[in-house]
Amino acid sequence: MEAKPLIARGRSHEGLRDRLGFIGTLFSVTIIVLAVAGIYLFVFSKGLATFFVNQVNVLDFLFGTEWRPTLTEEEGGPKFGVLPFIVGSFIVTFLSAAIAGPIGIGAAIFMTEIAPPWGRKAMQPVIELLVGIPSVVYGFTGLTLLVPFIREHVGGLGFGLLAGVIVLSVMILPTITSISVDALSAVAPEIKAGSYALGATRWQTIWRILMRAGASGFVTAVIFGMARAFGEALAVQMVIGNGKNMPTSLLEPASTITTVITMNMGNTVAGSVENNVLWSLALLLLLMSTVFIFAVRWIGRRGRMMSR
Amino acid sequence: MFCVGESLTTPAPPRPVWIAERWATDEAETDARESAREASESAVAIETRDLNVHYGDVHAIKGIDLKFYRSEITALIGPSGCGKSTYLRSLNRMNDTIPSARTTGQILLGGVDLNRPDIDVWALRKRVGMVWQRPNPFNKSIYENVAFAPRFHGVKKKPELDEIVERSLRAAALWDEVKDRLHESAFALSGGQQQRLCIARALAIEPEILLLDEPASALDPISTAKIEELLFELKKRYTVIIVTHNMQQAARISDRTAFFLNGELIEYADTKTIFTRPERKETEDYVSGRFG
Repeated sequence: MEAKPLIARGRSHEGLRDRLGFIGTLFSVTIIVLAVAGIYLFVFSKGLATFFVNQVNVLDFLFGTEWRPTLTEEEGGPKFGVLPFIVGSFIVTFLSAAIAGPIGIGAAIFMTEIAPPWGRKAMQPVIELLVGIPSVVYGFTGLTLLVPFIREHVGGLGFGLLAGVIVLSVMILPTITSISVDALSAVAPEIKAGSYALGATRWQTIWRILMRAGASGFVTAVIFGMARAFGEALAVQMVIGNGKNMPTSLLEPASTITTVITMNMGNTVAGSVENNVLWSLALLLLLMSTVFIFAVRWIGRRGRMMSR
Repeated sequence: MFCVGESLTTPAPPRPVWIAERWATDEAETDARESAREASESAVAIETRDLNVHYGDVHAIKGIDLKFYRSEITALIGPSGCGKSTYLRSLNRMNDTIPSARTTGQILLGGVDLNRPDIDVWALRKRVGMVWQRPNPFNKSIYENVAFAPRFHGVKKKPELDEIVERSLRAAALWDEVKDRLHESAFALSGGQQQRLCIARALAIEPEILLLDEPASALDPISTAKIEELLFELKKRYTVIIVTHNMQQAARISDRTAFFLNGELIEYADTKTIFTRPERKETEDYVSGRFG
């Protein structure tokens, strides 16, 4: 190979390629940053307009329990209380996480620790399949099978929080399972061997060593599941009944923040207060998903410090 | 790579200096190990008869007959892949955790064949403890690491556990360094301390036999020296079987040495014999550093 002069005269071929690569990747990153910044700016400006342009009281908005956007001023003015929807969103999110969390973690333990290797090979595609099913299919299935079932065997109309919770549980189960599987697979085999060599049974090893080593991974998994549940609109909207009142029972029709947006966005005029209120709800969603992401990152960092 | 043809035709080179120095005082032997009792049947702690291990189609261990004696350190040496670690792991049935592994032959502990399918491996592993090459403390406090095994072997009372933890940490020569921070994470310890913690953890259930798989190879020289010192203490109460890559370590600490090559036991004798006048050519070549 011929030695090249150390001081480059002009730009060499390699140097050009280097620069092109740099510019290309920088361009990609810029697009992403611009998209995220744009969404944040837009949602913030539209969402805050409700309070600054249309003079809706923030407290009336967040804590009001009456949602009557079409009420005339003589009848007491339009009312934009979204507390029932916030409550609805949190109920379906936490309940579905409470159902899918233990099941997902249990499935992950089975797949990584108990099933023979073919068991995991067989389960992995099933989990991936569940992730890939479009939410409209979940919703449609829930509408066709679950709603009548609840109506006949549990009570009420069938539409309601319970149906939403069950549909969401199934939807977030694969997310929780696959992240938990990753967390358990990351536990060093030496740690497990150390436990077995001390005479621990498989159950003792799972319970006392793996559950602990995987704990931060499990929390991450559940939060990712919750983020998905909180943001899901379509499937929930199909089964939840879209009631406007404060939910008092799991069997009553209710709404979540997302379902209110999708139900109403087609029926409002851009720039009107009714439309801006929906943007305020979108802002709430955005803030919540930001919280979820930061929670995941924070737990991930702590988890790395605590375990290896 | 070891080549039989070559080793037979060329004369063996002089032994490394360290072997010569180690046993320089050949006549006036002051080495305590020389007085190690002659191998007697009653002193056998654990033995294997015609032990074979297969990994799938690979015959990893080929018919090993070995006896290990109480209150002695036995070193298993040999080049990488010779099967010494596999052999060690078969002694407490840790090979069971590898799905493709199949073990045949007998492993006798107190006259009971450990390789029988109806053996309670959990009870067996309480009697045969193990320490790995890389320290593998649990994601728990120092105290909980040591108390881990006694807890599920039936010790529930706090004072009893406290006592076991202190005794084990003392036995592993770690107590003075950690007694003020027993409830801190084990990961805060240095590598050498973690390894001694793993030894303490194994000692907590008072095994009869302690298996060590290159326990010092991931450690610095000072930590290694501490571990070796510790092993001298431990052999008074336990049967210690150690796999090591480091022949000087084997020569320093062991009473007997077994040389493995390609899954076979080539030679087994007291350590001095193995290093100064081995019977087999392969042993000679290996201990004088011609391959491996």
